[in-house]
Amino acid sequence: MTHPVGQDGQVPREAHGSRLDPWMQSYAERTANMNASEIRALFAVASRPEVVSLAGGMPYLSALPMDTVAAAVATMLATQGLTALQYGSGQGDPVLREQILEVMALEGISAHADDIVVTTGSQQALDLVTRIFIDPGDVVLTEAPSYVGALGVFSAYQAQVAHVTSDDDGLVPQALEERIAGLLSAGKRIKFLYTVPNFHNPAGTTLSPQRRPQILEICRRHAILVLEDNPYGLLGFDREPYAAMRSLSEEGVVYLGSFSKTFAPGLRVGWALAPHAVREKLVLASESAILCPSAYAQMTVSTYLATCDWKAQIKIYCDLYRERRDAMIESLTAMLPQATWTHPDGGFYVWLTLPEGLNSKAMLPRAVTERVAYVPGTAFFADGTGHRNVRLSYCYPDSERIREGVRRFAGVVQTELELLETFGPFADTTGGEAPSHSVQFPAPDLS
Amino acid sequence: MTHVLVLAGGLSHERDVSLRSGRRVADALARSGAEAHVHDVDGALLAAIKSSRPEVIWPVLHGATGEDGALRDVLGSLGIPYVGSRPSSCRLTWDKPVAKALVSAAGISVPAGVALSHATFRELGAPALLESVIDSLGLPLVVKPTRGGSALGLTIVRSATQLPFAMVTAYAYGDIAMIEHLVEGVEVALSIVEDDHGQAQALPAVEIVPDGGVYSYEARYTAGATEFFTPARLSGSAAASASAASLTAYRTLGHRHLSRVDLIIDADERPWFLEANVSPGMTETSLLPMAVEAAGLDAVEVYSGIVERALATH
Repeated sequence: MTHPVGQDGQVPREAHGSRLDPWMQSYAERTANMNASEIRALFAVASRPEVVSLAGGMPYLSALPMDTVAAAVATMLATQGLTALQYGSGQGDPVLREQILEVMALEGISAHADDIVVTTGSQQALDLVTRIFIDPGDVVLTEAPSYVGALGVFSAYQAQVAHVTSDDDGLVPQALEERIAGLLSAGKRIKFLYTVPNFHNPAGTTLSPQRRPQILEICRRHAILVLEDNPYGLLGFDREPYAAMRSLSEEGVVYLGSFSKTFAPGLRVGWALAPHAVREKLVLASESAILCPSAYAQMTVSTYLATCDWKAQIKIYCDLYRERRDAMIESLTAMLPQATWTHPDGGFYVWLTLPEGLNSKAMLPRAVTERVAYVPGTAFFADGTGHRNVRLSYCYPDSERIREGVRRFAGVVQTELELLETFGPFADTTGGEAPSHSVQFPAPDLS
Repeated sequence: MTHVLVLAGGLSHERDVSLRSGRRVADALARSGAEAHVHDVDGALLAAIKSSRPEVIWPVLHGATGEDGALRDVLGSLGIPYVGSRPSSCRLTWDKPVAKALVSAAGISVPAGVALSHATFRELGAPALLESVIDSLGLPLVVKPTRGGSALGLTIVRSATQLPFAMVTAYAYGDIAMIEHLVEGVEVALSIVEDDHGQAQALPAVEIVPDGGVYSYEARYTAGATEFFTPARLSGSAAASASAASLTAYRTLGHRHLSRVDLIIDADERPWFLEANVSPGMTETSLLPMAVEAAGLDAVEVYSGIVERALATH
């Protein structure tokens, strides 16, 4: 930039630059990616009722027996209010921890309540595990694609994320072996493998029972911890849950669970089940972060588990989500023959692959104009790939809205294909001068 | 106590920015003693206007409905005074090629450029047309949708290989894309507000120096990502010609009450008109509030003065 100057050759007026933020020089390096985002701004429209949002991951809470829950919680507060509104244990309510054992038993896990740490959603557990294991530059292995909220945590702790090839049966053991070998030979320090084995977010796939022991064995051999994140495991449509990886290995796995998908995300109650020594560090780390998880929220969950038929409620959810999954798959089959997608047998998400040459991030503004929202695939990769992918969620809109959303989405894809035909294959060249690395997923409250 | 209804949100790509702008305006008006409420543009709006009968409506809407004149037509038909330019003026400004042509005819320099639809490329063949555009305009280029703000869909193109993706990016926001030669120089924004006598006053130019060189969405709304100089580091004569050019654009486009004009000042101190905004951003990182402060004015007084102008000019 050149600056016009006065006749004397000097900038004639005293001028002060301002960055509107007096703390610019003070921020930690890890905030470098915490920027405003064009993609994030587009999601603001998704909250409007005119827009069919296939973007968010909000469970369909209207299916909860709200009157029953409200009455139970009112009784709990009236009889145990002094405990519910007081500070509680840093590790979490002992009663709830016993109940969590029952929940985990459904997936074959046998454990002690002492080894459970209750957290503010499993997202906090993810943060705590990353905090106690990761130094800047350490490697975290994960599926390709991976849960966007986990990638955000890994980025905040300056971990290097290494994606491992995954297919319809989840992580590919051979690919994991090769990835580890490559990283070790490059002198990298691998700390843990982060995996969502059941009804993966965003891929919608499940790690097969045959591969689970293979993955565990590979990690054991290389002294790599497995971080098993399992928010969706009980939301299978057509079969009993597979045995959790933690049920096959007590020492090699930290298991994360959550009530956000099976009960209520607004309560923010999740947990970590960890080997004894790890658990001790997690408790100390959690106390330094939040002192203790909300006693009120924990006792609400505990009351719900004790007084409501929560297993029947999960069945209701499964039936509902199955119907919506069917509506989405049928609509995609009928209206989007140019694309391919995964066939989830549980959970919330379909992972779609667009025809070669299309860019899901670049076409999001058009989708918003057409009143449909989705999450571009790039949000789920730490390496800048995923342009051809799209995460579509079927958990929140009803089947009719899903069909309408897919119809609109198919129209957007059609227009993009016409642009592709006109301009030919093109590379995403925006990396040169346009911003990148900014947040590419909706805020939690934007379905 | 003046009752003001601030309209913010809407369904445009700039909904988020508008909501933030609207809250800032309403807060300032409330501090001035007005009764100010914020309302979204949705199916409940007309009923809310009819039941609450505000004395003035301030549309702080960015993007389509808010800036293309349509909503202001509706407000006009309701007979309620509103802040900002009239519908015809909005339409001329909203369509950037039209605004450029008018401002150019008024003697202000504008970047050489073309506005092309996807259909034009399909009919004439993209490779040949892109080559011809590069030949005639020369690199570097700016590609952006003809409508909309906040730099959404904008790309700076420095090599021919970047152009196809830049076109597709712009078309994701609208049917017609502008391709302009990038004028190198100092990027400035001139905010204009009417004084108590209805005289348009250009506030001090704000100079924009984004970290990445492009005043993108991220650079606009991440505090700290752009360095601003208020007043701009211009010579006295350059500042005067920038101010004069912005007022010419304001009058040529028929603006009213307030607007913002974006210019580049080249090395010869010549101002180049880029675009104008009838509903400038009013967020915590926006240019008009910055200019108000640079002028030594109080935002609360300026905004309440604008409301008074809307009442007086109804």
